Amino acid sequence: MLAALLGAMALSMLAGKVWLPAQAWHATDPRWLIIAELRLPRTMLAAIVGAGLGMSGAAMQGYLRNPLADPGLFGVSAAAALGAVVSMFFGVGIFWLLPTFALAGAAAAMALLALLVGRSGSIIVFTLGGVIISSIAGSLTALAISLAPTPFATSQIVTWLMGALTDRSWDDVWLALPATIVGMALLSLTGPALDALTLGEPAARSMGVDTTRLQRLVVLGVGLCVGAAVAAAGVIGFVGLMVPHLVRPFAGHKPSAVLLPSAIGGALLLVLADSLVRIAPMVSELRLGIAMSMLGGPFFLVLLMRLRRKLA
Amino acid sequence: MTAPAPETTATLAVASLSLSLGGNRILDTVSASFAAGRVTAILGPNGAGKSSLLACLTGLRNIDSGLVTLDGVALHALPPRDLARRIGFLPQSADVHWDIDVATLVGLGRFPWRGRWGETAADVAAVTAAMVATDVTGLGDRIVNTLSGGERSRVLLARVLAGTPQWLLADEPLASLDPAHQLDVLDCLRGIAARGAGVVVVLHDLNQAARVADDVLLMRSGRILAFGAPDAVLTPDLISATYGVTAHIGTTAGGQRFIVATGRSARP
Repeated sequence: MLAALLGAMALSMLAGKVWLPAQAWHATDPRWLIIAELRLPRTMLAAIVGAGLGMSGAAMQGYLRNPLADPGLFGVSAAAALGAVVSMFFGVGIFWLLPTFALAGAAAAMALLALLVGRSGSIIVFTLGGVIISSIAGSLTALAISLAPTPFATSQIVTWLMGALTDRSWDDVWLALPATIVGMALLSLTGPALDALTLGEPAARSMGVDTTRLQRLVVLGVGLCVGAAVAAAGVIGFVGLMVPHLVRPFAGHKPSAVLLPSAIGGALLLVLADSLVRIAPMVSELRLGIAMSMLGGPFFLVLLMRLRRKLA
Repeated sequence: MTAPAPETTATLAVASLSLSLGGNRILDTVSASFAAGRVTAILGPNGAGKSSLLACLTGLRNIDSGLVTLDGVALHALPPRDLARRIGFLPQSADVHWDIDVATLVGLGRFPWRGRWGETAADVAAVTAAMVATDVTGLGDRIVNTLSGGERSRVLLARVLAGTPQWLLADEPLASLDPAHQLDVLDCLRGIAARGAGVVVVLHDLNQAARVADDVLLMRSGRILAFGAPDAVLTPDLISATYGVTAHIGTTAGGQRFIVATGRSARP
């Protein structure tokens, strides 16, 4: 899988509007700028965002014991998007403002969720709290769009919400990378406890799983990964939902065994998808978020059909 | 069935335990002491507080007042990992959420013993022993969710045994099993007690209790009505007081006691 990921990243370095012949791959050639300042950060960012989202999805599915769970489910991505939209609403053009607002939104959602759930560690309250935060953030985002001061701001917000990795710089990489690394490190600690949760909450607790600690790890880990992803690339759905399913036939169904392969798989998927949207012959570049939704909808449908057959 | 001297016996005990949920008294100043090496059956009508008492014995339930102790030490004073190693809990819910195989599931029972560097020889030995004790060695590669009900409950029991607990608390482990598999699991519980562990099991069937238990605890409305040897506790009077039914008690040619509810009695 790692080899596949490296291959995909190499492909991503080649993909783009401009074909770069071999002699351009040299620091003295002016076209080197395209590689070093556009394609490389973009590829890195796709891998970082994909890895964070993929691992978050695996952790969420393991934690909620629900194969249809998605990191978006618990409100962080909606809140991060709201933060970003607010920064655009005021139209300040400083580059770091938007990601900072997005991360602040994610942090606010995490704090609110922790406040709602309290010390109970209850999964039901957690899920409902996430849905509520999601819908509140969604409605405020819609409000911001409708109240936007200029049509330009409106279109900017709407376009951004679709999610993309166009024209990202190293600054975005340096912003997303540390948050994602810390988030993934936290999530990788949850493996054994997620395995124990396979037997249900009472059995897991009787085996010594600290459900409150587990919940904090999941909230913080997913929050950091998703917050960083939204800050860097906008809302890109379905990665966290799809990747664990694609990984399970190879890695097994044990939740801990799915975590790391999902990170690699997520990176692979997003790097590939981002290369494809650049290659696809269209007038303007297809937004990555839209491409993923177009992939994700049918995938969701197939998943549901398979689940239904299993239940019937 | 001779009881060893109480001073040397490991005990799990509750003292004046009370528990309320949503304003309802679930357990009302319950006191009882369970001995290692014995099988204790908790019996009582629906809503008597049997499962709640069992949950309190795991140390995971917040109680209103009273004390649960293991060998004289309060459960909440024990390190969680220590508690998880010593008390094994088999909940009523038999859900297994992912399509994992039997060996993997039984291996989850080693969670309280897991070290930093993966599986040890002791883990492998404990899992093997647990699968032998429950007769599921042949199922190792099967996906748990494709097993029959009988196989599944034995696998779930094996998961608890893999943690080599000194105490096994089981909440209705026989529900939805056919008679043959019920006997298998009952024998398995007896075997666990014979190897020195304490077994406390919530049951619904009086005959199963008469077969498996060294001690029977009768509950009704959050209180203990009787606690003692099956012969002394499973009497028509006490059964009537517990369940509100008249009972016929007989003995098979093999000496096995059986109890048949013949009708509702005037009053519980």
